[in-house]
Amino acid sequence: MSAQAVAAPREKVAAPEHRETYLNHDYSWKSWLFTVDHKRIGILYLLTVAFFVAIGGLFAMMIRAELLTPKGDMLEAETYNKIFTMHGAVMIFFFLIPGVPGVLGNFVLPLMIGARDVAFPKINLLSWYIFVTGGLLTLFVAATGGVDTGWTFYAPYSSTYSNTRVAETAIMVFITGFSSILTGLNFLVTVHTMRAPGMTWFRLPLFVWSAYATSLINVLATPVLAITVLLLALERIFHIGIFDPRVGGDPILFEHMFWFYSHPAVYIMILPAMGVISELVAAFSRKRIFGYSFVAFSSLAIAVLGFLVWGHHMFVSGQSAYAGLVFSVLTVLIAVPTAVKIFNWTATLYQGSVEFATPFLYVLAFFGLFLIGGVTGLFLAAMGLDIHMHDNYFVVSHFHYVMVGGMVTAFFGGLHYWWPKMFGRMYNEAAGKLAALVIFVGFNLTFFPQFIVGYMGMPRRYHAYAPEFQTLNVLSSGGAVILGAGYLLAALNLIWSLKFGKVVTERNPWGATGLEWETQTPPIPHNFEVTPRVTQEAYAYHEMYSGKEAHGVH
Amino acid sequence: MSTSTHAAPVAVPQQAGHGAPGHGHGHHPGLAHHFDDLEQQRDSAVYGMWAFLAQEVMFFGGLFIAYIVYRNLYPEAFAHASNLLNVPLGATNTAVLLASSLTMALAVRGGATGSKPTQLIMLLATIAFGLTFLVVKYFEYAEKFEHHLVPGPTFMSDPAHVSPFFTAHPEEIPHARIFFFLYFAMTGVHAAHMLVGAGLMAWIFLRAKKGEFVPEHHDALEMSGLYWHFVDIVWIFLFPMIYLLGYHFGDHHG
Repeated sequence: MSAQAVAAPREKVAAPEHRETYLNHDYSWKSWLFTVDHKRIGILYLLTVAFFVAIGGLFAMMIRAELLTPKGDMLEAETYNKIFTMHGAVMIFFFLIPGVPGVLGNFVLPLMIGARDVAFPKINLLSWYIFVTGGLLTLFVAATGGVDTGWTFYAPYSSTYSNTRVAETAIMVFITGFSSILTGLNFLVTVHTMRAPGMTWFRLPLFVWSAYATSLINVLATPVLAITVLLLALERIFHIGIFDPRVGGDPILFEHMFWFYSHPAVYIMILPAMGVISELVAAFSRKRIFGYSFVAFSSLAIAVLGFLVWGHHMFVSGQSAYAGLVFSVLTVLIAVPTAVKIFNWTATLYQGSVEFATPFLYVLAFFGLFLIGGVTGLFLAAMGLDIHMHDNYFVVSHFHYVMVGGMVTAFFGGLHYWWPKMFGRMYNEAAGKLAALVIFVGFNLTFFPQFIVGYMGMPRRYHAYAPEFQTLNVLSSGGAVILGAGYLLAALNLIWSLKFGKVVTERNPWGATGLEWETQTPPIPHNFEVTPRVTQEAYAYHEMYSGKEAHGVH
Repeated sequence: MSTSTHAAPVAVPQQAGHGAPGHGHGHHPGLAHHFDDLEQQRDSAVYGMWAFLAQEVMFFGGLFIAYIVYRNLYPEAFAHASNLLNVPLGATNTAVLLASSLTMALAVRGGATGSKPTQLIMLLATIAFGLTFLVVKYFEYAEKFEHHLVPGPTFMSDPAHVSPFFTAHPEEIPHARIFFFLYFAMTGVHAAHMLVGAGLMAWIFLRAKKGEFVPEHHDALEMSGLYWHFVDIVWIFLFPMIYLLGYHFGDHHG
């Protein structure tokens, strides 16, 4: 009896007290749709980006199904053209570009710098609405006719010859671009003006540096795409012939203006992912990042050099050979800051207390896949070799290694890393590790054969191919199923954890540095109970673990 | 939580973030919740507006590049086609916009000194100049329609309004069509910015009427001013590039 009486209050103490978090302070749908909280906007992006990646993935599966056999027997050539166009456009504009900045950037960037929100919270919400509007209208255009030009909209095919809905799609891209511009503008200003006391530029986490470099590109390159697709839409509507060589128009001008945005755009996609990797490498080797300022400035160097290399997409598009030579040399140069990052990350691991948790498995996958993607990029940067490789599967494989192997892998790593902070729940570790492994195997099985068929001469963008390429294409399609299953497993594990995962209440489950781990889990609506004052560098793992055995805390 | 005592940041009370003691402004009604003080809010607005204008420069930059490329490809057609523009109307509009920049600057000065009458009068004048510009632009466009100088099926079909150059060189007419397409695209996008600017000024005028703009807090007025000056400056580049280059050919049909 007395024992029970003692036990009862104890249970009460053990029961979780009610804590106000950004998730539970208001449950109404209005509080989500009109929220100006950067954390909630991050969650909104997560939901919408997941929707678009599923759509883009369906298109990918249709492509791989068609390519199981050499004959074009499943899809008409015209339909196939529309399918790969929509795969590219949806994945690039509605997943790869907004993915890391929209979801992880929105959630963690203000936390990392000790701010209560981004500088312009209402504009941040506006970005999301523009993004959703552009995305849904693009899908509407796809469902009611579609577009078959490839995501690159090359003139004069797009401006004069295509019978599909180019003008409408161009206008959707125009609209969606402003979402990207406004997010970039918001992050730039936030990093400049919203840092907590003591958070100097060289104490910023490297994710913030890479988000900053990305935002520079967002603000300076995206408007050029906007005006380019606007000219394309006007040309489609009025038929003046500005891109039609028969009446004095210059289609090469369209290609130049398109790639002036779209090459820097690949750095919009990969730079934030590199920022995620910097955070994860330090957190899971419990070590100060090797060469902090080199990694920080390499992000800016990539952003600046990224503006000067667009002509490497046009070696065979009628650009002069001298221009090609200059672009070839500049493209090789951009490998330098990229290699600086890779070397510094691996040097960080050296003599670190490496913990093979799920996010770290994604880091290792990133190293392998991004390295292959990057090095094959050097093949393609060499003008002579590119003339052989241009528009074949070697190119397709190269950019999937960089984009999917790089950005998507880092995105999943980052999502697992910040998941307990976002939702206060931990996913199943074994399932998480298994998913990372399946993704790695499935990815290589999907895309490595494409290097080989490409090198053998299989062109991209055809629904039929020569019979001798079939074995490798079947391997690739089989790999795509495994890859899809891996992503699905990872996603289901995360969704499962929301209800059944272990509750995380400790602020810093990973034992990592960074202000986002100093606040409550999940954070309160205004992020910090008291404004933090920063006195140390970003990766002070030595100070954190000095005198202690460095080990996993969770 | 056990590790956080070893981590870098040391918490300080939130009040420490609010301006140094002695500033004494406390919570200004115009201060948004996520800023510590008006200075941080103003810095954000200034950075944000300049980043936005950088974006605008790149947006117009695409059009300027297209213009430069085509001008370089077809120099004669472009020079003779530009002589078909109405230079006196273009010059009038240049003067109108320069005057509007002056009144805009004075309106911002009215914000800095806290003079509500200055703000109201100068904003009204700015709106009036802006609308004048658009009306003049309307007459210019209407003239181009009447003279069949709008790219389309009847382009340059009216011999009275085609320069002798194009009569002698009909193969250059498609290039003149590109010129006029770019003329309408560039001045059209600029006019759209003017319309947005006029709307913005009307909104700022209503806020000024409520007495919102005081010396320590008139960010919205100042930032709208930056936007207005930017749109003026775009015209300062458009006018010589489109109207004046090639003026010496002398076959004006304005």
